[in-house]
Amino acid sequence: MSKANSATLASASPQYRNWLQRNRRDQIFVRVTQLAVLLVLLILWEVLPKAQIINPLFTSYPSMLWPTFLELLTATPQQASILSHTLSTVVATVIGFAAAMVLGTTIAATLWWWNSLYKVLDPYLVVANAMPKTAFVPIFYIWLGATLSIYGMSLAISLFVTILMIYSGFQSIDPNKIKLAQSFGASKGQILRKVVLPGSVPTLIATLKVNAGLSLVGVVVGEFQSANLGLGYLIQYGSQIFKMNIVMTAVTILAIVSSVMYLAISWLEAVVMRRR
Amino acid sequence: MHASSTDGTATPKVELRNVNLRYFSLEGETEALRDTSFSIAPGEFVAIIGQSGCGKSTLLSLISGILKPTDGAVLVDGKLVNGPSRKVGYMLQQDYLFEWRTILENAVLGAEIQGANMTTAREHAKQLLTKYGLGQFLHHLPRQLSGGMRQRVALARTLCTEPEIVLLDEPFAALDSQTRIALADEVTEILRREGKTAILVTHDIGEAISMSERVIVLSRRPGRVKSEHSIRFATSDGLRPNPFSARSAPEFNGYFNALWKELEVHVEG
Repeated sequence: MSKANSATLASASPQYRNWLQRNRRDQIFVRVTQLAVLLVLLILWEVLPKAQIINPLFTSYPSMLWPTFLELLTATPQQASILSHTLSTVVATVIGFAAAMVLGTTIAATLWWWNSLYKVLDPYLVVANAMPKTAFVPIFYIWLGATLSIYGMSLAISLFVTILMIYSGFQSIDPNKIKLAQSFGASKGQILRKVVLPGSVPTLIATLKVNAGLSLVGVVVGEFQSANLGLGYLIQYGSQIFKMNIVMTAVTILAIVSSVMYLAISWLEAVVMRRR
Repeated sequence: MHASSTDGTATPKVELRNVNLRYFSLEGETEALRDTSFSIAPGEFVAIIGQSGCGKSTLLSLISGILKPTDGAVLVDGKLVNGPSRKVGYMLQQDYLFEWRTILENAVLGAEIQGANMTTAREHAKQLLTKYGLGQFLHHLPRQLSGGMRQRVALARTLCTEPEIVLLDEPFAALDSQTRIALADEVTEILRREGKTAILVTHDIGEAISMSERVIVLSRRPGRVKSEHSIRFATSDGLRPNPFSARSAPEFNGYFNALWKELEVHVEG
């Protein structure tokens, strides 16, 4: 969607200008309403506990988020500031996420190459994907230890869906594009590199979007069990000593982290798709 | 498998000897071609017509080496076809341009796959595209081009690897009728001028008569060669008219009716 530039605007008919104006107004309306929804939620969260309609012990207040954040910068559990907790979670998420993408794409390409391998593994993949991976948190803790089990959980939760999504993307490449490459004498490796992989970029980006969220879930759940660092740990710790300020601050940071990841992927998508 | 089989004349450019092709699936086997034989001389432009599903496209896949016959032999320049060959270029029913590549990058795809010198290939592709009126679109993306322009890019992609034989699988089927006739003119003219051997598969009788020198009619599935028709037009200069003027030549209707009848017989069985 290209924005109308000034040159076309100069020659635009009054009706078109009108249409553009209305379009702009609609856009502003959507944005303002989005902000309003957020604001209303925050106000309810602040006012309802203050008025004792709900118990503030359970919810804390939005106005406590910033003071709690400042407090957690210095006086902190495990001698780590909230920034180190956040960093730890973000690093684990990015590692799990990158590992799932690389490993998942490699496995999907292997399955594409050896169709009989796919036929053999298909039921196992589907079942593995349907399994509640969080059931493995305690097992991973025993097998892998405190740190690795977090990466393990992040990878486990996103790997199978990655394999299945990317493989089905490979399968949906137009067979005539492959036939065309074959008519030039392309080898299987060339078909993979020049047709299947570049043709699957939209699928790869869709998979990135799904995985960003899943990896974060894996990390936080892993941290519940095994970590003494990370936002998941902070949430667990805060709820054990019944300090909802800590819990809510950590949850808010998680919301900000997922928004940033989402924006980063949307930016990547825009850059890549401009070439299509 | 060497030449000298065909009554003393030169080696045919393309030859099919008693070719059978069956497709296998769990539902059973489908016989696409049965005992099909014909040969095509160097520089000849031959059209193959028949109803849809009669194995026309299969024939081209066999000549291009993508498919292997169940029985019989396919020869190019007297040598058994054993896989895709650089001598053969294949134009499919649609352009199948890669949407992630620019026009120029699409045109050099074949050269890239065949490991050719890319500087030379790019120069060649630029020349071809410029000749086809696409000079200012080299760095555009396929979606920015019309159907006729895209099919011209596909032609450049086919000719960029300098094949001696060009296979055309209903290459204009997806275009509107005006673009179709204009492009048929252009393509025929380009292939003739460069002395390519061309095999056109179509179910459009008019297209077959106007573009080719010989029409081979295939029977319904399983496809066999039902008949062959030489197409000749009397012109003052003794040269073949271009496809557009061939359509208004006095001989055109006679050929059309003859071929129409042959195809119609099949409808009734």
